[in-house]
Amino acid sequence: MFDWMAWTPVTAGFFGGIAVLLVGMAGLEVVWPTRERKGLLPIPTTRGDRLFIGLLSSAFVHLGWIALADSPVYIATILCAIWVAILLRWA
Amino acid sequence: MQESGFKKRYILLGLYLLAVMLPLYWLLNMSFKTNQEILSGLTFFPQTFTLDNYRLIFTDAAWYSGYINSIIYVVMNTAISLAVALPAAYAFSRYRFLGDRHLFFWLLSNRMAPPAVFLLPFVQLYSSVGLFDTHLAVALAHCLFNVPLAVWILEGFMSGVPKEIDETAYLDGYTWPRFFTTIFMPLIKTGIGVTAFFCFMFSWIELLLARTLTTVEAKPIAAIMTRTVSASGIDWGVLAAAGVLTIIPGALVIWFVRKHIAKGFALGRL
Amino acid sequence: MINKTDNNRAWLLVVPVVVLVAFSAIIPLMTVVNYSVQDIFDPQTRIFVGTEWFREALLDERLHGALGRQVLFSLMVLLIEVPLGIAIALCLPRRGPWVSFCLILLALPMLVPFNVVGTIWQIFARADIGLGGWLMTELGFDYNYTASPLDAWLTVLVMDVWHWTSLIVLLCYAGLLSIPGAYYQAAQIDGASRWAIFRYIQLPKLTNVLVIGVLLRFMDSFMIYAEPFVLTGGGPGNATTFLSQQLTTLAVGQFDLGPAAAFSLIYFLIILLICWLFYTAITHLSTR
Repeated sequence: MFDWMAWTPVTAGFFGGIAVLLVGMAGLEVVWPTRERKGLLPIPTTRGDRLFIGLLSSAFVHLGWIALADSPVYIATILCAIWVAILLRWA
Repeated sequence: MQESGFKKRYILLGLYLLAVMLPLYWLLNMSFKTNQEILSGLTFFPQTFTLDNYRLIFTDAAWYSGYINSIIYVVMNTAISLAVALPAAYAFSRYRFLGDRHLFFWLLSNRMAPPAVFLLPFVQLYSSVGLFDTHLAVALAHCLFNVPLAVWILEGFMSGVPKEIDETAYLDGYTWPRFFTTIFMPLIKTGIGVTAFFCFMFSWIELLLARTLTTVEAKPIAAIMTRTVSASGIDWGVLAAAGVLTIIPGALVIWFVRKHIAKGFALGRL
Repeated sequence: MINKTDNNRAWLLVVPVVVLVAFSAIIPLMTVVNYSVQDIFDPQTRIFVGTEWFREALLDERLHGALGRQVLFSLMVLLIEVPLGIAIALCLPRRGPWVSFCLILLALPMLVPFNVVGTIWQIFARADIGLGGWLMTELGFDYNYTASPLDAWLTVLVMDVWHWTSLIVLLCYAGLLSIPGAYYQAAQIDGASRWAIFRYIQLPKLTNVLVIGVLLRFMDSFMIYAEPFVLTGGGPGNATTFLSQQLTTLAVGQFDLGPAAAFSLIYFLIILLICWLFYTAITHLSTR
């Protein structure tokens, strides 16, 4: 039934990761509710907002990396992971 | 406002309305002409008034079934959108819950996403659940952009209803479904009307998904109109007549909501 | 603003919407992601190619061209439709027998299907059988939308203005109606100019509806497809080939699943970014 979706291990892992993140964030929210705060970014954000901003900007960084750099993509992934961590902690 | 400004304002308004109506008039004009007259030169009124173009559409099943198909899926879509959007909009307007803002954003982003992006897998998705080339497939596909819009509009109207009304009703022993259908929905009936108008509008005018998801059984009129382009050139008269007929359902809908157009378009957000 | 109460059971009311939209949004989106990293010959024969298609799409001149035209087009649409819409809304009578008549006429273009809009203008703008094209020629313009890229471009723009300015007009008109008459009387006593009335009484009331109008118009013009497709098929050359058309050609016309999927995702990410900027702006406007 799901044959036509043409799954690959990589994309399955990617969406699995997103699902884990979503469930994790929801669980965290129950245990340790977030409060809006203002940090590095010019607007007040909650934890979910920061994660979203981080992921969206990471997507664009990856696109830029693919277009401009010749080096492997995982370097961009590592840089983005650091960037998301910075956002989550200090923004 | 100033009396002296009256004249100039109405001249501008009149000119704009004229500009809006001219292309529509031209379409209507052409639909009553024979192809010979259309191609032989510019005439402002049909010289040889003919209803043949319309007769062709109303007697050829391939033509008129297109209208029936379009109306079926548009009505289905409007009904589904309203049915699921009403409770959801109530939840968004009354309660804070886990992930509400992100959920709302996700819904809205689907309203904004171009149908072309989802075009590729849609055919396979609806084929795999056995809905391809049915009215339901198009109705469901149009929910992608109409449901978020309906939630958005209804949420605006519902936020305008004071919360005390809900609380009083619960104190009086109303259950939620009874309160919602007998008290709350009548209060926002303008909102429901406007939402239905928007759902109808966006589903009626959409072409890309409707055309891609259907082949024979549920083919919309918009797709059938491309039939007029044949080897011998375009059959302008029939094309114009078909165009005129696609405007009529819309005009009827506007007629029904005309009382609400003025206030309702504020979408409850004032 | 309503003071909302915390209640996670509200999720129950939202579930139908989530299920319905997820069916039509998430499953296709996942499939697009899957396609975008593979070279697909048929369902059984597919090869993992990593980011190859993304690289190809990002360096594709046609995509750059389509994106540039698209951004320019959407900005032009907003620049024309928003001021024109406000102006017409200000011209509409506030009461009287003509109000309904004007509103019905204004709303009429919006209910015309996209491709019929294309058809109407395809006919109307032809120099030989259309009034518009004939007028332009009579006035001495060398106007021909099938041959001149600029003419085709302007025709699509006029088409969109014709189709959608009414939305801005009706939104603004609804906003203007909600201003109590006392405001105007007070302004008149103060001897406020027409401009001052607009700037300090009318415009603030319009902000909320205008944000909605701008959002809808920007997004919908960003996915314009049927009008240029019917008019000239994206031509002459590729003068009116916008993003959706470029994508549809790739996906349905050439059936290049992988590249089309990568293109789709880039398109989707751009939309997501713009949508998020708008959404953040709206929520911050309303909390302020």
